[in-house]
Amino acid sequence: MTAPTMAKPSRVKRPHFSLFAFALPAIAVYGAFFVFPTLRTLWYGFMNWQGPSTQPAWVGLENYKSLIDDSVFRNSVSVSLKFMTVVVLAQVAISLFYSVKLVKNTKTTVFLRALYFFPTILASTSVAFIWAFVYDPASGLVRSVLDLIGLKSYSPSMLGSTHTALYFLVIVQIWFHIGQMILVFVAGLQQIPGELLEAASIDGATRLQVFWKITWPLLAPATAIVVAYTTFQTFRSFELVYNLTEGGPADATRVLSFHIYRQAFEAGEYGLAASQSVVFMVIVLAVTFLQRRALRLVRSDARVFAP
Amino acid sequence: MSLDRYESRSFRYRRNTSLAVYAVIITVPILVVVFGALKTQSDIFRNPLGPPVPPRTQNFSDVWKANLPRAFRNSAIVTGCSVVFTIVLASLTGFAVARLRGWRSNLLLGFFTLGLAVPAQVSIVQQYALFKDLHLTDTLVGLILVETAVTLPVAVFILAGFMKTLPGELFEAAIVDGASSWRLYRSIVMPLSLPSVAAVTTFLFVIHWNDLQYPLLFLPTRDDLWTLPRQLVGLRGEYLTNYPVLFAGVLLASTPVVVAYVLLQRWFVAGMTSGAVKG
Repeated sequence: MTAPTMAKPSRVKRPHFSLFAFALPAIAVYGAFFVFPTLRTLWYGFMNWQGPSTQPAWVGLENYKSLIDDSVFRNSVSVSLKFMTVVVLAQVAISLFYSVKLVKNTKTTVFLRALYFFPTILASTSVAFIWAFVYDPASGLVRSVLDLIGLKSYSPSMLGSTHTALYFLVIVQIWFHIGQMILVFVAGLQQIPGELLEAASIDGATRLQVFWKITWPLLAPATAIVVAYTTFQTFRSFELVYNLTEGGPADATRVLSFHIYRQAFEAGEYGLAASQSVVFMVIVLAVTFLQRRALRLVRSDARVFAP
Repeated sequence: MSLDRYESRSFRYRRNTSLAVYAVIITVPILVVVFGALKTQSDIFRNPLGPPVPPRTQNFSDVWKANLPRAFRNSAIVTGCSVVFTIVLASLTGFAVARLRGWRSNLLLGFFTLGLAVPAQVSIVQQYALFKDLHLTDTLVGLILVETAVTLPVAVFILAGFMKTLPGELFEAAIVDGASSWRLYRSIVMPLSLPSVAAVTTFLFVIHWNDLQYPLLFLPTRDDLWTLPRQLVGLRGEYLTNYPVLFAGVLLASTPVVVAYVLLQRWFVAGMTSGAVKG
């Protein structure tokens, strides 16, 4: 680290080979059961294959060509992107709103942070059961509350209508995961030096100005984490869909992960499912890349204010 | 803190209101589950919000008889083994990443972090096909292997990240004293990494205990091997909208995680937020 130690550096020879041996068990398990199947997905995207114990046949780009005209698949792509966009925007806005109010460490805020975080530890199956009851059109929680406040004739369609189902799924997703994002934002906010905010407001900046000119740019690293993690969570939200809507009504909530599951395990089109998985992967990478580009712009702003 | 005096009373009032509103949004559905598990089906539909009078324990014994003990045992085996395997394999790898230098270290870490960019559903179909060929579907061993494989990237990422911050002088000194790499791992790196290991352990515990996706696909015919979330899904097929029984199942299945959360909150928060770094 410092100059004097450099002299003796026992130039300890690193036993590279034996160090790699430490990683070998993990490389074996992860390589065989994760990396290998993932690479095989690329390969089987070019196959017509009805699943284990059947013979795959090479079809070249046929699977990919058929996706172009596959309206169910295209619907799934747009449902996934819509779900992702709405959840990311809403979750960033709401968790930011609450984290600003929870940034100080008092007894109340520590308790509230723990409470808001609580749903995160539940199984998605449990969360789905809870919300299935909340949304139950015949006599669920929403229904009872509406009756209680005298809105007996008003019956919102919630998960029952193609226009609203996705948004009611968004609510569940946010209820489930927002506590985690609040914590990330709180950690980010606590790193912003108080003097900076104080100096600005002494100079006559309004609360809103302080937020947009100082807090928001300095918060960019936390925002990047929240956006990336939320995006990832929404793309893999298979279990909620499986338990709450099964993709319906009329495919309105048929996200890609659920569509691929159906394609392989119910329609038995493993080859087609593989090609769809590849497209899914490309979409995830593209979205992540675009988000990083967008957020890096914010980060360079931050440098202006944090000399 | 020092900004307190700029806060007007109305601002503070609005803040408290919005905080309370969200606390209600979190609490009410959970209370409905707790109360609901103690009601009859007609009670829960007639009055979902009120307390159960008199509380009825029948739902718990119904759900308990629906093979819940068996599911508890399966979940305990799968979660226990998956967490231990992931921690052991990932910490050994993290150690190698921290001790290696330059491109070797980057290559090793990069190989694992690549897995963070792949959503589980991309690989799951081929994973199933592979496990089927190896006769590992419908076995707990297969389930444990796949659960371990998919959580290794995030565990390696967090543990290697922590172990890299340990001061290099520590290693040099021990090596001069003649310590082997194994000794370094066991007696220096692991004890010093305990906070990070504890955080990752709780994080993995929650993921494995709650997972539905892999039990759903990798145990297609052996319902005697079902884990808790899988058993709950099966229960729903049986009880449909009998929410009191389903809620009793939800409460029982969540108990271990909730108890752990109350006792070890610090580690949960550390683990689940460091898990947020993935992606």
